[in-house]
This record gives sequence, C-alpha cells and structure tokens, in this order.
Amino acid sequence: MSPLWQLILMRARSLWREPSVLFWTFVFPLLTSLALGVAFRNQQLQAVDVAVAEGPGAAQAAETLNADPGLHATVVPLADAKERLRRGKAALVLVPGDAGPELVVDPSQPEGRTARLLVTNALERAAGRKDALAFRTAEVTEPGSRYIDFLIPGLLGMGLMMSGAWGIGWAIVEMRTGKLLKRLMATPMKRTHFLLSFMLSRSALTLLEVLFFVLYARVLFGVRVFGSLLEFTVYALFGSLTFAGLGILIASRAQNSQTANGLMNLMTMPMMVVSGVFFSSGHFPEWTQPVIRSLPLTALLDGLRGIMLDGVSMAALGPQLLVMAIWAVLPFAIALKIFRWS
Amino acid sequence: MAAISVQGLVKRFEDVVAVNGISFDIADGTCVGLLGPNGAGKTTTVEILEGIQSPTSGEVRVLGRRWETDATAIRERIGLALQQTQFYERLTVRETVELFRSFYPRGLSVEEAVAKVQLQEKAKAFVMKLSGGQKQRLAVAVALVADPELLFLDEPTTGLDPQSRRSLWDVIDALRGKGRTVLLTTHYMEEAAQLCDRIIIVDRGRIVADGTVNELIRSIGGEQVIEIATRPTLTDEQLKAQVPGLARVTRRGDIAALTVQELHVAVPAVVAAVQAAGATLQQLSTRQSTLDDVFLAFTGRTLREDES
Repeated sequence: MSPLWQLILMRARSLWREPSVLFWTFVFPLLTSLALGVAFRNQQLQAVDVAVAEGPGAAQAAETLNADPGLHATVVPLADAKERLRRGKAALVLVPGDAGPELVVDPSQPEGRTARLLVTNALERAAGRKDALAFRTAEVTEPGSRYIDFLIPGLLGMGLMMSGAWGIGWAIVEMRTGKLLKRLMATPMKRTHFLLSFMLSRSALTLLEVLFFVLYARVLFGVRVFGSLLEFTVYALFGSLTFAGLGILIASRAQNSQTANGLMNLMTMPMMVVSGVFFSSGHFPEWTQPVIRSLPLTALLDGLRGIMLDGVSMAALGPQLLVMAIWAVLPFAIALKIFRWS
Repeated sequence: MAAISVQGLVKRFEDVVAVNGISFDIADGTCVGLLGPNGAGKTTTVEILEGIQSPTSGEVRVLGRRWETDATAIRERIGLALQQTQFYERLTVRETVELFRSFYPRGLSVEEAVAKVQLQEKAKAFVMKLSGGQKQRLAVAVALVADPELLFLDEPTTGLDPQSRRSLWDVIDALRGKGRTVLLTTHYMEEAAQLCDRIIIVDRGRIVADGTVNELIRSIGGEQVIEIATRPTLTDEQLKAQVPGLARVTRRGDIAALTVQELHVAVPAVVAAVQAAGATLQQLSTRQSTLDDVFLAFTGRTLREDES
C-alpha cells in the first residue's frame, strides 16, 4: 500500500483511538456552548418594582399599576416604601393623596425614569385620558444577533486553532522524544509524505469539526449559516491549515513536550483573549486594533462570523484571507528550514 | 566486499568528542559486536553508519555506497532498531509493521516479519499493551521487514529480563545463519560472546581491541584467572617475582585477579608466595578469562561498573 496512505492511516488511527482528542475536539466545545448559551441567554426585561405608600386609594392605585405587565406594585407603609427606594428594591414610590399622587424617584437610578413613564401612563389612562395615536408594538428577537450566534463561530475558530496547534505540534514533539521521528527518517520514507500526511489528516478532521459545529448549533440553538456552507467550510479548512503550519513551526525544534507546551500556550492564550472568541475584539482600545486584526485567529473569526452570521461571501474577505495566507506560508517555510528531524 | 568500511571517523559535539578517530571494516555475512560502556561512542558510531547523524570528519561506506550521494539506495537495503523506539501506542503490531513495510520497494510480507520475531499472537494487540521484551521484538520485526542485507541493532536487549533476552538472541542467531551482516552494540558481555563472530571494544571514542572472543582473551596474556584474597595483601611486585607466566594483576576491593597461562604451574606458585610473605590466604578461586577481563585489561574499568 502507498506510504502516504499508510501515514495518513497512522495519523487517523492515533486521533480516532485517542479519547482525549475526541473530547477536546467535539465534546468540549459542545459543553462550553451549552454552558455559555444558558448563562447568556437573552432574557425578557423584568417588571419594574414600584412601592405604593399606605393610605386612602393605595389599594386601588396598586391594582391599576399591576394591570400593566411592565410594573409590579406593592402596598407598604410610607417609611418602608422610602427604605425600598433607598436600597434599590423599588424604582419609584407612589404616595396617593387628595391633592394628586406624589411620585418619589432617585434621579441616579436609571429604572426610575422608566418607572415614572409607566406609572404616569397607567394612572392617566385609568383616569380616562384619551390617546391621540394608537401604537402597535411588534416584538422581535432576530436569530443571528444573540450571544450564542456570536459564540458558536468563536468556539469553532478556537477549536480549529487548538487542534491545529496541539494536534500537530504535540504529535510531532511526542514522535521526536520517543525517537519515532528518528526511526522514520532512517527509512526511505519521503519527508514530504510525512508532512503531507499531517496536513491531509488535519483537513479531514476539520471537515468533521465544521460539520459537527454546524449541525449542533442548528439543532440545539437554532443558529443558521446565512452565507454559503461550502464557502464556510473552505474558509475553515484554510484557517486550520494556517494553524497547522504554526503547529509545525512550534514543534520544529522543541526537544520535549514541556518546551512545546509553553510555546503553544504563548501562541494560543493571547489570541484567545484578544481575537474575539468570547467577546468582540472591538472592546480593546482603538490603537491596538491594527495589531489585533493582523492576528490569524482574528482573521479566521471575522471570516467565520461574516459568512455564518452576515452571509458575507468569501470574495469580500480579501484582507482576512491575506492575513491567514501570510500566517500559513511564513511559519511553514521557516519550519521547513529549521526542522529537527531527529 | 566489505559491508561496512569506516576510515578515521570523528564526531565532535560542541564540547565533547564522542568518536575520536575510528577505523574498521566489516566483512559481508558476519555478526560483529560493538562493545563498550555507556558513553563510549557506540551509538554515535552506529547512527553515523545508519545515516542519522553525519560525521565531523572521516570516510564511511555502507554496502559500498556513500551517504552523501546514495542515501535512499542505502536506506532501502539496511534495517535497524534504535535504542528503545517508542512506536505509536494506539497502533497494533500488525499496523506498525505494515506502515514501515510501505516505505520499502521490496521486503518480507508483514506476516513473515511478525512471525520472525514470534509476535503472531500479539499481531492485533496495541503497542501500549506490549511488554518491554515484546516491544523490542516489534522493533526487530520493523528492522527486518525490508529483508535488509545489513542490520543494525543498538542495544537490542537493554532493560529486558533474562528470558526475553534469550528469546531475542534466538531471533538474531537465526539471522546469522542466513548470511546477513549484523552490527550489534551492547554492554552485555555474554550477549557479545553468544552472538558475535567478532568483537570491537570501544572506549572513550576509540577502538581499544578488535578480534574474536578467543583472540581477545589470548591477547590479554592468558586464558585463566586466579582470584585471591590474602591478609596482609600481597603487592604486585611480590606476585610478579614468584608466579611464572603471570600476565597481569587487576584488583577490585580486597580481591586480586591474576591472569595466567597455566593453572597447574601458577596455583602452587601463588600458594608458595603467600607462605613466603607470611600472609594468610582468605580466599582462592580460579575461572576462565571472560570478555569482562578483556575489557578491564584494556580500559581499566569493568563493563558492569557503567551499568545503570
């Protein structure tokens, strides 16, 4: 059988039979998105709390206010009502009186303004005010604008970076420390076959990763790919090869797994923070943006989000593709020059 | 034709000279042992012959070819087992041999290679489930799969229990019968004595002795050793003056080992020397000279002192 095929089989078998690889590639991102998806799900706004001071007409007023789903009114003694306002447990205190109701708000509390609008509106209507305009309200929650929509491509990009860097870099360093690399080099095996087997098995795994992400995002969270699925896959493949090149560079001289481990973390950690896996990289100051945009993970995530959430076509992702191409070619070329085969 | 020809081989690392001017030829069809303690330069020498390291200077020919110009042609015709290679844990024995077989244009079938090292029963077992001896046998199967003309085995039995060691010796012994050339490094004297037609002893990057086991033993001046312990200890001068045919005296602790040619002449002379010195004899034993004595004679150290 052809040596290239045998090498690819070796890679595939060692990935497939390694439970930790399967865990980090498939189970971990799924669990992360479940946990974060639950924590940051878009919630309905809570009703605004209003304290109504005891007195004549208090019960009547509370009933009127509670008829509005945006308000939650409780009747308490005046002292208690003011205490609630002070502690932020009520946004407004309503003191009914013969001379007209009195509204007490804390001007530093943003909910106070909402409460005053809702309360005056409810009381005025109950008192017989006629509205000049009839508003209709439509409530929408667009898929594509939720946190989980932002998160799924982020986790996919992070996964591609991790499995590119660790899956390849780590495997090569292990082969070097166990002398397997040296042993292979003592056979007539072609070095290009060796490197190619890593690239091809990585690509095959990437296809599975993309498919898995797209499926579970769709099924569990209703996240859709707005752009072309083919372009999304090709773009992800491109990104995973970029990180495969970086993985090979990191592994090119490392003599033990501790060194490789340190280098991997040095490469992946900063990008995980600044490139926008969990939150937008736009939160960092303006002067850092050119640096952040030139990182491979930023380019990968921008493109994945563009295609997935905004339906952008790959042709519009020229700058991102250029950044990734530079990060793919340079490290790989350097790695080939300095690679230690034994 | 010489399977291996080495002239003035030197390998220098940053501040260490690992191989310091070694020259030898190995004839086709012989089994040669490279014997020496750890750090003697055995592995460096062998890895240069295997094309894994390149020499600082010197001339190397393997199967009549040079590494600089014919690397692939040489690689296709040699087989080797490194010191303890860690194969992929989650590949089976059969898959591992199959992978290596795929790199060679001709060779044994996977089944034949596995059978040669008696691993048929483990053919479907993952590498991680193999014992140390089985892993070493797998390394030999991988070395044999190209049906090589020349085989390098670097400390094939280090760290194995006696039984695994013997079963691997049987495998190597069977190869000798097929007219293949084998170069084997070891720091086990029995292994070299058992398997090798010729022994080259290296120490500190140089060859200190070269010949068959019998030649080497003769070369230290005698085939018999008398070991004595006396009180007080006799000096070398006292012994040399009175024991005829005494080639050398080596000491370890209280025991003096006397290499002699003929026991029936030497033993009475030793006893007489002890009496003449007014000393008492604590212990006296005789044995055949071994490679260990040869090594001690040439290097001033025993092989075993370096075992870790």
